[in-house]
Amino acid sequence: MGLFRDPNWVVRPQGNGRFKVVLRADLRGALSNALDELSDLLDDPDSPVLARLSPPAYLQDPDKDVEYQLLAGEELRTSRRAAIDAVRSMLEQTDVDEDDLWAWLQSLNALRLVLGTLLDISDDDDGGRDVHDDDPAAPIWALYDLATVVQYQVIQAISP
Amino acid sequence: MSSAPVISPTEISSPEGDLDLALDTPWIVLVWNDPINTMDYVALVFQKLFGYSKAKAERLMLDVHEKGRAVVSSGSREKAETDVFRLHEHGLWATMQHDD
Repeated sequence: MGLFRDPNWVVRPQGNGRFKVVLRADLRGALSNALDELSDLLDDPDSPVLARLSPPAYLQDPDKDVEYQLLAGEELRTSRRAAIDAVRSMLEQTDVDEDDLWAWLQSLNALRLVLGTLLDISDDDDGGRDVHDDDPAAPIWALYDLATVVQYQVIQAISP
Repeated sequence: MSSAPVISPTEISSPEGDLDLALDTPWIVLVWNDPINTMDYVALVFQKLFGYSKAKAERLMLDVHEKGRAVVSSGSREKAETDVFRLHEHGLWATMQHDD
């Protein structure tokens, strides 16, 4: 813990395996709304913006991949939905444990993958872009950046 | 064609032998670079899912970032499929293939 490091503004370790959520209410609300929308999107597994959530497992063997997608696809969606539901109910709470925070990380990451797909992020350097306020994509970029910085803070809180 | 019995070393690599070899060949799990997942997140997922040390997880993450991909685990087909599934649950771009 660096003396001059800013205190974590999302979650703070309490030293007993528990974490205190200190994320501002308006930001919690923004994430909660975004996760509601993501959850609705998951009802339509064929949606192209979800492609990055179900990548191929076998690049060299299309037959095996069809088999994998049949077996794992629904399980993957169920697992993702469970993580999102856990986070939506947790956004009301202030006391969570590390497993709860992994549900946060998975859900924030799913959100970033879908928003990143919408924004057509295709290069490692796309983070350094310059978006104007009147750009129609500006609100999506804002949400993407929020998910990124919140995820970073959660990672800092649970990193061993 | 000679009918004389000849013991040829090429018999060792009969089709049957190749099949056995294919079954015994372990599978490897690859994680591919992508522009959305952050470096911190990828390294932390490697630590959590595979129990790797922070140093090993960061080295693998840098391999993914700089070389485009890295082998993160290996084993039977079942183990590889389980690892791929867990990586997909965490949003990483993972695939599996025979180690050749």
